[in-house]
Amino acid sequence: MSDNPLRDPRDRRLPRIAGPSGMVLFGVTGDLSRKKIMPAIYDLANRGLLPPGFSLTGFARRDWADQDFAQIVHDSVKAHARTDFREEVWQQLAEGFRFVPGNFDDDQAFDRLRRTIEELDELRGTGGNHAFYLAIPPGFFGDVVGQLKEHGLARASEGSWRRVVIEKPFGHDLESARELQGILGEVFPSDSIFRIDHYLGKETVQNILAMRFANEMFEPIWNSNYVDHVQITMAEDIGIGGRAGYYDGIGAARDVIQNHLLQLLSLVAMEEPTSFDARSLRIEKQKVLSSVTLPRRLDLTTARGQYAAGWAGGVKVPGFLEEEGIKRTSTTETYAAVTLNVETRRWAGVPFYLRTGKRLGRRVTEVAIVFKRAPHLPFADSSIEELGQNALVIRIQPDEGVTLRFGSKVPGTQMEIRDVNMDFVYGGAFTESSPEAYERLILDVLLGDPPLFPRHEEVELSWQILDPILDHWAAQDEKGKGRPEPYESGGWGPASADAMLARDGRVWRRP
Amino acid sequence: MIELTNTNSAEIATELRRARVRAGSPAMGMVMTLVIVVAEDDAEGAMRAARAASHEHPARVLGVILGDARGAAEIGAQVGTGSGWTGETALIRLKGEVVKHPESVVLPLLLPDSPVAVWWPSHPPADPAGDPLGRLAQRRITDAAAAVRGKTKAIYRQCEAYTVGNTDLAWTRITPWRALLAAALDQQPLKVTRASVTAERISPSADLLAAWLADRLKVDVTRTSSSGPGITEVVLETREGPIRISRPDGRLATFSSPDRPDRPVALKRRELPELLAEELRRLDEDDVYAETTKRLLRMEASR
Repeated sequence: MSDNPLRDPRDRRLPRIAGPSGMVLFGVTGDLSRKKIMPAIYDLANRGLLPPGFSLTGFARRDWADQDFAQIVHDSVKAHARTDFREEVWQQLAEGFRFVPGNFDDDQAFDRLRRTIEELDELRGTGGNHAFYLAIPPGFFGDVVGQLKEHGLARASEGSWRRVVIEKPFGHDLESARELQGILGEVFPSDSIFRIDHYLGKETVQNILAMRFANEMFEPIWNSNYVDHVQITMAEDIGIGGRAGYYDGIGAARDVIQNHLLQLLSLVAMEEPTSFDARSLRIEKQKVLSSVTLPRRLDLTTARGQYAAGWAGGVKVPGFLEEEGIKRTSTTETYAAVTLNVETRRWAGVPFYLRTGKRLGRRVTEVAIVFKRAPHLPFADSSIEELGQNALVIRIQPDEGVTLRFGSKVPGTQMEIRDVNMDFVYGGAFTESSPEAYERLILDVLLGDPPLFPRHEEVELSWQILDPILDHWAAQDEKGKGRPEPYESGGWGPASADAMLARDGRVWRRP
Repeated sequence: MIELTNTNSAEIATELRRARVRAGSPAMGMVMTLVIVVAEDDAEGAMRAARAASHEHPARVLGVILGDARGAAEIGAQVGTGSGWTGETALIRLKGEVVKHPESVVLPLLLPDSPVAVWWPSHPPADPAGDPLGRLAQRRITDAAAAVRGKTKAIYRQCEAYTVGNTDLAWTRITPWRALLAAALDQQPLKVTRASVTAERISPSADLLAAWLADRLKVDVTRTSSSGPGITEVVLETREGPIRISRPDGRLATFSSPDRPDRPVALKRRELPELLAEELRRLDEDDVYAETTKRLLRMEASR
């Protein structure tokens, strides 16, 4: 690309536009496709970031023609796209829609798919570059990539590429994650497999690295000398909704901690990478993930719960065990909290508390770095009663930004100190025109830019961290020694989670 | 909106602070000050565009209307924090002697430490960097296409006056064209032998685009006229055949290249808020624009 005379590294107005390419979408009728992928593709086109001739091929077990598929995309774009609907953008996209009906085990269908792709290369100039987006349950990954291989769809000809895109869950434990990697790795090389963890596409998550490594004032205190502990929270106010089939047997820890929260932990705790390319970042992330250890007594340092019926945000809601499709005896947790240690010089002795849950007080994701108390306070005890610990809170969503919490004198009093907030709002809306995570990630797939995608090594390391906890919980269930503790819907989780921090002399922040 | 008459900078600053506290948010998330030097008639439209752009770049927006310079100095201002947007705004009307010293009014109202951009929506000064208000800013935005006087020559005048920090919306307007042309050569790295740009007779954007192509490709670029709207066609000739982007309606373009099928590409002419937002995204020197202005002047001289 560097020999393109119209390109100049100093010309930063010019956006990165993906080269000639197309995408094949498996699972076109699912929520993920309709609410995230299709709108993101439109938004990319609207921002002028897709190549002329970009083509989207749908594959599903439906008796559809191309225009039926176009209608589905049209409806989803109208309902969910971030940017305005413009007829000319739609025209640009619409000519590239194709639909191939068929089952995942249908050889003829995959033959048709291959012909469709070849035709697109011919008619639309996609140049043999195709990404296969598997927006389908992981149980089918094996079938689909097997078919792709068998029908010669996975192999790129000289000078072109084939990539596969998958979504979580990346297995349900270390063994199944390895199995999955085995299936994918047999067909696609590691750097052609793009795992989407949409958290990593968020601007605020990328901002963690900017904040840490572009500034001078945070890094010197970013260690066990000053940091008391770290709390990473992802709370949802909704229940499992209609996802009982997916959620039962998976639970909060597998669903959220394994990927999102451990990725956040690695970004917060990692050492400075030598550069921001994919390889250097991966090295640092893997280093920090491999230095994570668990406390000895898992019964005292983890907590799990299930939401109970009650009132959440003024709405009467059923408990987890009363949700449709959930067995009354289910021991799937909807709340999970764990304590992790990071055994490095920087973090030794600083616990990382990770928690996630459904039906909690509000929807919020944040990372809170809680600092130690000042070693000496030259104030009377009475004047610092309301002074807590200093904290730096990175708000991932919503209300993206950074809060610094510190003590300040209450005006008018003799000397009374109270906690106050200093707020940076990541945009009353920088965010308004900042892209959705999926836009960024899909564009990166088409560009072949991997820094924001976890590789299988990271996935396996995070299962190594989580597996002992999951085993411990399973053992408790079996022995009948414990089960997820019911917690009030609309609150902040089970009492056992509070007790878990109380044992360390700490409390959860109310996020 | 609070109306202040017979006022001064200190009072305007106090009112801005009061308005912020009244709105319940004493914290300042603003990243820059945007000064708009505007005529009374264009003020409303320009302020609206700035408000829209400030969604991406929360800013203190100071509209300055320079009135009749004769008579006693008089300053009036409308001050407010907007509902529905993130920054704060003051529309300041100057009359009398103070019209010659607008920087004395604006300087005390600049946000501490953060960058300043100044925008002339319609009447750009001949030398933006030498202008009393332009001198306060890191970014000076003119719009040759909206110039009222001397329209045909407006862009050349701005190119002559170019110095670090100057920019023109005529340049901003062609970013999508440039992006598409660059992408075309990414896809097919062909050697371009000559090029042409077709647009309305008076089109500063087309002149800049032609100059940019000439500068980057080191080939002759012809500039021909059509009835518009805006730029209607760009052709890069190569030995294998032409790469052609034609956009007759100002919205949807057709992209053709050698041995490839024709493809439609959305290429809409963008509105002011979008242009302004792009312009405010980066406030350091635009080297490529600097080179393009030089090339444009050379092309004009050799014509």
